[in-house]
Amino acid sequence: MSTSLDRLYNFALLDEDAKREIRRSLLKAVALPGHLVPFASRDLPIARGWGTGGLQITMSIITPDDTLKVIDQGDDDSVNAVNLRRLITRTTGVNTTVDTAEATIIQTRHRIPEESLRADQILVLQVPMADPLRWVEPNLERATVMHSEANYGKMWVYMYESVVRAGDLRIASQYPVLVNRRYLMDSTPIPRWDVPKLHMAETLYLFGAGREKRIYAVPPYTIVEPLQFDDYPFRTEYQPGQRCARCGAEHTFLTHHFVADAGGGRWEATCSDTAYCARRRAQAEALL
Amino acid sequence: MTMENWLLRLERLHKHFGPTCPDCRRLTGPDVGRSRCPRCGTVWACVDINLHLYAGEVLGIVGESGSGKSTLLQMVYLALRPDSGHIWFREADGTVCDLVTLDRYETRLFRNTRLGIVCQRPELGLNMRFSVGGNVAEKLLLAEWRHFDRIRVRTLELMTRTELPPERIDDEPATFSGGMLQRVQIAKALAIHPTLLLLDEITSGLDVSVQARVLDLLRRIQWEDRMTMLLVSHDLGVVRQLARRTIVMKNGAIIEAGLTDQILEDPQHPYTQLLVSSAL
Repeated sequence: MSTSLDRLYNFALLDEDAKREIRRSLLKAVALPGHLVPFASRDLPIARGWGTGGLQITMSIITPDDTLKVIDQGDDDSVNAVNLRRLITRTTGVNTTVDTAEATIIQTRHRIPEESLRADQILVLQVPMADPLRWVEPNLERATVMHSEANYGKMWVYMYESVVRAGDLRIASQYPVLVNRRYLMDSTPIPRWDVPKLHMAETLYLFGAGREKRIYAVPPYTIVEPLQFDDYPFRTEYQPGQRCARCGAEHTFLTHHFVADAGGGRWEATCSDTAYCARRRAQAEALL
Repeated sequence: MTMENWLLRLERLHKHFGPTCPDCRRLTGPDVGRSRCPRCGTVWACVDINLHLYAGEVLGIVGESGSGKSTLLQMVYLALRPDSGHIWFREADGTVCDLVTLDRYETRLFRNTRLGIVCQRPELGLNMRFSVGGNVAEKLLLAEWRHFDRIRVRTLELMTRTELPPERIDDEPATFSGGMLQRVQIAKALAIHPTLLLLDEITSGLDVSVQARVLDLLRRIQWEDRMTMLLVSHDLGVVRQLARRTIVMKNGAIIEAGLTDQILEDPQHPYTQLLVSSAL
């Protein structure tokens, strides 16, 4: 896949000073894992809330030699992914891929790819809401103080109340995690399934919230622990017997969608990571 | 009880709010009957406060509104930073530290492990959006309790002890009466066995019979746990029931200190005489 490079713009659209400022914030974020670092979120030809945070990070770290993969909900071909990919390639001319193993920068929303990532790859996550404390403390200033004092009692009460009301830790996505035993971090709208992938990972994870003007990071080999109780531990969505209807995988995160057919249609569960699913099917076909 | 047996020692504690001017000190204080400087508007909330608090005792602080007693309590709770002076605290192992020198993180840690507070208005001490159980559990969670069932058991235990109906553990504070909310605050304060319990006008908004029950509860806690308490009140009756020793504050300064009975029976300072004669 390639789109012709548009010479009208600076490399990676943003001006060099803007990229430098973002890189500086990224360095600070890596130095303080899980800490929210403010940055001057730029105007982009994409509306705030559509992945501008992640986009700006990608634009600041990308080089002409990089290979880019953009996914949205695990899907390489959804609208958001296609548009972001087109903008990045038009202004940088880098090669793009759907193969996770081939990519050097992966920009994503809502998912971390199924294949385990390597040390030479960077995962950039688009973040809608940066501060996990917004659930318990709507005042940003007070939330900042709570972060600085590692005062997460209110968040723990929120978890306690969740068990009281629902009988379990009922948090579907954006599960709060404690990074490096210090900062409480929003894991972004990735499902619980992907949360363990943040812990002691080989890869650098960068998080960008464009609307909220915040950057944070999980450097490689960082301890990332989900908030949990000894007797009510954190659990992923895994259900025994689950299976992708296309590739038959039993160890992936599945999405459910309606397939219409002559008999009226039925619900089907398939891999959310479409590239991974396609590769498994290709491998299976090659064996036949 | 020797002088070296104290748990908490306040030394030359000062707190003022405002720009200050050269005439401030002359124009304020108990002798002139003002806390607020008429020249520059600076409020001298606490001036040269020295006192000892011994382990296991209840010390009463009385004084009219604006006398600086709540400011003093807030400084001991480490919520307000004094302008100068020291707050010495003796740990169980005998080491002494100055709480004024703690940074924010250490301050919070100290507050969560050593101090309990009961405020006059429950909405200041409680989070009205959480359940009653959640409010009590917050203290336990801050002290790194991570076992849900054990937190529940401990919360129920505390509720029983403070005469709260255990079956209402998951109800919202808004559905509780004023007296019950004060007991919720006490349960929360006691959750982690604090070394020092701070009580700020705890019975001010309560009717007399409810007030008596809350005071009974505190007396029992004091008796059973030998809990050290700092009790701020403008109500001499409350102080008489709980505190053995009392200090009287006026316009930011301590004007009289001694045994509660002695102060109430034989007040020395004209202001204390006025206070006692008007209250009793």
